[in-house]
Amino acid sequence: MKKNEKSKKDLERLYQNWKSEKYSPALKKLSPEKKEFTTVSGKTIKELYTPLDLDGFNYLRESGFPGEYPFTRGIHPTMYRSQLWTMRQFSGFGTAEDTNQRYKYLLSQGQTGLSVAFHLPTLMGVDSDNSLALGEIGKCGVAVDSLADMEILFNGIPLDKITTSMTINPPAAVLWAMYIAVAEKQGVSPKVISGTIQNDILKEYIAQKTFIFPPRHSMKLIVDTFEFGAREVPRWNTISISGYHIREAGSTALQELAFTLRDGIEYVEWALRRGLDVDDFAPRLSFFFNAHNDFFEEVAKFRAARKIWAGVMRERFKAKNPRSWWLRFHTQTSGVSLMAQQPYNNVIRVAMQALAAVLGGTQSLHTNSLDETYALPSEEAATLALRTQQVIAHESGVINTIDPLAGSYLVEKLTEEMIQGAKKYFKRIDDMGGMLKAIELGFPQKEISDSAYEYHKAIEKKEKIIVGVNAFQMEHEPIPVLHIDESVARQQLARLKEIKRTRNNSQVKEGLRDLKKAAEDDVNLMPYILKCVKTYATLGEIIDSLKEIYGEYQEPITY
Amino acid sequence: MAERKIRVLIAKPGLDGHDRGAKIICRSLRDAGMEVIYTGLRRTPDEIVNAAIQEDVDVIGLSILSGAHNVLFPKIMTLLKEKGAEDMFVLAGGIIPDKDVIKMKKIGIAEIFLPGSSTKEIVEWIENHVKK
Repeated sequence: MKKNEKSKKDLERLYQNWKSEKYSPALKKLSPEKKEFTTVSGKTIKELYTPLDLDGFNYLRESGFPGEYPFTRGIHPTMYRSQLWTMRQFSGFGTAEDTNQRYKYLLSQGQTGLSVAFHLPTLMGVDSDNSLALGEIGKCGVAVDSLADMEILFNGIPLDKITTSMTINPPAAVLWAMYIAVAEKQGVSPKVISGTIQNDILKEYIAQKTFIFPPRHSMKLIVDTFEFGAREVPRWNTISISGYHIREAGSTALQELAFTLRDGIEYVEWALRRGLDVDDFAPRLSFFFNAHNDFFEEVAKFRAARKIWAGVMRERFKAKNPRSWWLRFHTQTSGVSLMAQQPYNNVIRVAMQALAAVLGGTQSLHTNSLDETYALPSEEAATLALRTQQVIAHESGVINTIDPLAGSYLVEKLTEEMIQGAKKYFKRIDDMGGMLKAIELGFPQKEISDSAYEYHKAIEKKEKIIVGVNAFQMEHEPIPVLHIDESVARQQLARLKEIKRTRNNSQVKEGLRDLKKAAEDDVNLMPYILKCVKTYATLGEIIDSLKEIYGEYQEPITY
Repeated sequence: MAERKIRVLIAKPGLDGHDRGAKIICRSLRDAGMEVIYTGLRRTPDEIVNAAIQEDVDVIGLSILSGAHNVLFPKIMTLLKEKGAEDMFVLAGGIIPDKDVIKMKKIGIAEIFLPGSSTKEIVEWIENHVKK
C-alpha cells in the first residue's frame, strides 16, 4: 500500500512537471489549435490521460471478462470472434412490392437481417386513404395499410431464417400481429420467429414525436406486448429502448445514455406492476443507440451502457437470470451528422461512426447512406453503406480481439464519467417521480433542446468545424437521388380499396367491436389485435377503434 | 411609438415529427427580436394559412422533412392566394431535393434554406425583405 501511495505521488509530481515545463511552454510557443478541446457533446477533454485518472480502478469490479458481470467488455464471451454483428440496413420505400425487391437485393449482397422503414401514415396509425396521408404515401418508407401489404412485403423471404426489425411505435402491436400472421401463412410458428419491434413510446414523447395515445394507455399496450411475447413469441424482442432519436433531436451523448436507460427502468417498473416476473420479460428488452462523430466518447457511452444496465437489473430489480442483465443493442450511425454539402464526405463520417459502434460492442448495425440529407437512399448509396460495414468486419482487423479499447486511460475514464453522469440524471428523474412525470414536466425535452441550441450556436461561431459546411466549402455537382413519384400513391390506394371490397366486412366489424370491448375491460389486447389483422381490418381501422376508448395525446407546444 | 416587431409563423406541415430545426429557428428569430408563433406538429395547409392570417404575420416559415412538400406546399400557396394573403413571404426549410427547390420557387416560395444554412442568413433575409 505504502509503495503504491509513493509511486502515485511520484507520478503526480512528474505529470505536473511535464505539464508546466514541457507541455504548456510548447503550447504557448506553437499557439494552440483551439482555445478549448471539447467533445461533440461539449465535454472538456484533457491534454493527457494517465494512470492517475484511474485511481482506485479495480479491473474485476469495473470491467471483468466478456460475458461476465458487469459486462463492460461485452455481453458474449466470444464477441465477434464467433459471430459478427448483424448487418441490418433500415430500408423501405414506395409500395410493398418495391421494398420486397430491395430486401431481396440487400440479402443477396450479404446483408444478414431485415429492418423495415414504414411510411409516415403507417407510423402514425392512419391509412393511405386518410387525408393526413396526402403527399406522404411511400415517401419516408413503405406503405402498409393491412395484412395484404405485409404479405407482399415478405413474399419469398423465409421468416424462420431471417430476423426482422420493425421501426414502429404507437401502432407496434398491430404491425407485430401482421408479421405473426404472415409467418403463420408461411407455415412458421410464432415460437420460432425472431426480430424486434421498436415499441418505445417514451422516447416519442421526449424526442421523435410519433405518438397517438396518451402516455398511460401507450404504456399499457407496451406491457401487453411484453406479456404476450413472453408466452407466445419467446424469441421476439418486444421493445427496442431507443436513444437514437433522443440524440438526433440534439441531446449530448450523456443525455442519450441517461434518458434511454431511465426509460428502460420505467418500462420494467410498469411491467412489474402488471405482475410479470422480471426474468420472464427482461431478457427480451433490447436497446438502440446512436453512433455520432466523437469517437472515444461514443465508445465510452456503449461500454457504460452495458455496465449500468447490468447493475440496474441485478441490484435495483433483483433479476436472477444473467440474460436479464445483458444490454443488447442495435446501433445506427448519426443521421443529423450527415451534410448536404459535399455529400461524399458523409461516407467517411459513417465509416468512423460505424467503427465506434463496433469497438463499443454492438449486436447489430445500420450504416447511413451518403445521400440521406436529400432523400431515401438510392440502391448505389445503400450498397456503399453496407460495404462500409463489410470493410470494417473483414479488412480492418478490429474484430480480432474483444473490446480492444479497454485499458486506454482515456476510454476507461470517459466510461466512468458516463456512468456517474447517468446516475445523477437517474436521481433527478427518480426525485421527480419517474420518467412519465419528468416528461409531463418537460424535463428531458428541455434538456435536449437546450443542448441542440448550444451545439448549433457553436457551429455558427465556428467553435465546432463541420467540413464542407462552415469550413473548406466548395461548390459540388448534385448527386443522383431516389425519387418516389405519385404513382405509388395511386397503386396503394387502389389496393386498399380492393381489400376493403373483397374482405368479409362483417368479420371485420365483429373483430373491431371485440377489440374495443377488450380495451374497455382492460385485458391484454394482443389476441384481439391478432384476430382483427387476420380479417384484413386495416391499421387505421384498428387504431381508430382504440382512439375511441383511449383518446389522443396533445403535446404542449414549447420551444 | 415602438416599431412593430416582425411577426413570423413557424409551421410544420406533413406527418413527420422532426422539430429540431423548427425549434432552433424559433429561438434564433426570437433572439433576433422577432415575434415568433410556432404551430406545433402535423398542421394541415388549412390550419397553417388560417393561423398565419389570424396572427397577421409578415413571414411564414415551413419546415418539412417527410418528402410531402411537392403536394403540401402548392396547397398552402393556393390557399394564401385565395384568401388574399399572398403578400406574406413564405420561406421553407428541411429535406428538399435540388430539383424540387426550383419547382417550389416557381410556385412562389420566396426562399428555401437547405441543411447547413446559418440562422444568421435567415434572420438577415427576413430583416432585409420585410423592412423594405
